[in-house]
Amino acid sequence: MAVLSPAKTKQNSEDEPAVKRSKGGLVGRLFHGLSAAAGLTILLTLAAVAGFLVLRAWPALTASPAELQEISWFRADSLLAYVGPLIFGTLLASVIALLVAVPLSVGIALFISHYAPRRLAQGLGYIIDLLAAIPSVVYGLWGALWLAPALNPIFEWMTSALGFIPLFAGYQPPAKNILTASIVLGVMILPIITAVAREVFLQTPRLHEEAALALGATRWEMVRMAVLPFGRSGLISASMLGLGRALGETMAVLMILSPGFLYSFFLLKPGQHQSIAANIAAKFPEASGLSVSALIATGLALFVITLAVNMFARWIISRRSEFSGAN
Amino acid sequence: MGKTVKRVNNRTLASIALVGAFAATLTACGADATTSATTGASNDASTEAAADLSGNLAGAGATSVEKAMGGWIAKFGEVAPDVTVSYEGVGSGGGREQFLAGGVQFAGSDSALTAEEAAAAVDRCFGGEAIELPLYISPIAVVYNLPGVDAEHLNMSPATIAKIFSGQITTWNDPAIAAENEGVTLPALAIVPVNRSDESGTTKNFTDYLAKASEGAWTYEASGDWPISGTQSGNGTSGLIDTVSGAEGAIGYADASRAGDLGTVALKVGDEYVPFSTEAAAKVVDASPRADDATDKRLVVKLDRTTTEAGAYPLVLISYSIACSAYDDAADAANVKAFLSYVASPEGQELASDAKVAGSAPISDSLRTEVQAAIDSITVQG
Repeated sequence: MAVLSPAKTKQNSEDEPAVKRSKGGLVGRLFHGLSAAAGLTILLTLAAVAGFLVLRAWPALTASPAELQEISWFRADSLLAYVGPLIFGTLLASVIALLVAVPLSVGIALFISHYAPRRLAQGLGYIIDLLAAIPSVVYGLWGALWLAPALNPIFEWMTSALGFIPLFAGYQPPAKNILTASIVLGVMILPIITAVAREVFLQTPRLHEEAALALGATRWEMVRMAVLPFGRSGLISASMLGLGRALGETMAVLMILSPGFLYSFFLLKPGQHQSIAANIAAKFPEASGLSVSALIATGLALFVITLAVNMFARWIISRRSEFSGAN
Repeated sequence: MGKTVKRVNNRTLASIALVGAFAATLTACGADATTSATTGASNDASTEAAADLSGNLAGAGATSVEKAMGGWIAKFGEVAPDVTVSYEGVGSGGGREQFLAGGVQFAGSDSALTAEEAAAAVDRCFGGEAIELPLYISPIAVVYNLPGVDAEHLNMSPATIAKIFSGQITTWNDPAIAAENEGVTLPALAIVPVNRSDESGTTKNFTDYLAKASEGAWTYEASGDWPISGTQSGNGTSGLIDTVSGAEGAIGYADASRAGDLGTVALKVGDEYVPFSTEAAAKVVDASPRADDATDKRLVVKLDRTTTEAGAYPLVLISYSIACSAYDDAADAANVKAFLSYVASPEGQELASDAKVAGSAPISDSLRTEVQAAIDSITVQG
């Protein structure tokens, strides 16, 4: 503006600040309104989903056990007894997936952020992001058609050598058990956790790292004393993001697992576990009437669990932040 | 540092966009589930009457007939190009519900209407009654994965099959199996029974067969949902076939046309062993009596699972086409009549029996006569 019309600028030099302020004020207000509306949309969506779930699940929530048992696949004494094993299966699969994915992710992220040569780090980062873009059906196909046969000899060895531990007893081929499903889930959430962890590790203040090295720390000691404490809360958020995806994952579980409705820690036996999302996907196509409500009620349970997990994660982060070294 | 972050963000955005694109593609595939066809013009002298028809004809119901319906709809489109027929596989129960609510003109169902549903059909059919036609007869094969066994079929009695699936017989070289298969070398391999994980008409007919024919070896009732927990299972027919193919020693049951390279069991009927075939499947339907409440419009078959008729294969699934004996709209009545007549015709049944379409068993001529009489009784009510 100053370049285009110097004369005008000179003329209106006294009004200029006023004009600028009011203009900035208008745009600012508009932007404030827009972002507030966007924020509200999230709340409204959440409320709409919660409302829909409660409303549609209501017939099942209020139905008597006798009415529920008229549903052909309903074999439990009450809705709670039906949802219970599903919640257990969902959590078990997700927790094992986290156990698989988090250590690997931390390793990959540290390698990319602190160990790898720059060009290799770039390439690796790109591949990790690419993994995140693969749809879950493809992971399901990969798990069912390639990974399960590949795991077969390993599982056979585990059940014969380690079968005295109940966890690994009773393997039956093909490998359509909760451990296979969890490993695939772990691979699926690996990229998300890695991507976030890498960003967090890269944010470690240069001064902290240099100070550690100057004090004579090896690179491993520097990572342990400067990078990991700084990144801890970020790492927890990353894990929770991954957990969220694992909890709600449908297709991969549906295609891999031989489902069952038991509270069982037999990781290698078929027909023991099922996740809520996969159960809905399997039963919904032919459901009608009350059975739809019962399925939506299980969806409501998943919704509540996801909320609880997220709140728990936030609580951990807020507790940890006091001594994370980030401040 | 700032530069790095920005680059990463762009990349993240790109991945998000990619995921979105994949999701959109998937949704598009999902929407395709409805089988429908509108075809171009075609003039066939013999079907001039059908060529004059026009309008929409909607059906819904059992997924078992979906493939056959796809074939019938495509071919029917050639004789009646102005009629748009659609069929949505929402499940037998959903199909009957939609039909009774007046949402669709015909339904497909793996089981006949219940007494209450038949009563409700009078209202829906403008004072007429429901017509139930056994137009899709599909043999169910007991399939096994034993690459080392070179016999064409393993022979098994219903009691042996029941004991295998309930876990009483656990290895392939069990004396009970060996006694029925003299001269066949059976491996000392563990048996892995595989069932459908979803509710299905195939499971219902299989468990019904075991309950009635196994002489007490099967202690569960017939149900569409597998009654035993802790088993290997697969989602849908393809999931089951994949699971059986995935483990040596596995045994399962599936629509016979999908058996592929897997071995199939010859069932003991009377004193002989009968492998599945479309003729053997059609034979058991003819040899079976009608249900107690069957009429000349409701041709409900009470399958005789314990039949001793020579060459009959009693492990079959029947899917009924359900329509009204009266419609308030002349076009609806004419369209339903023409479409069901085509499905019941020798050409229609022949088409569905093609292994590439559905591999079902064509109905016999005597059954066709009854079916055609029922179709001809469809009228228009003011």
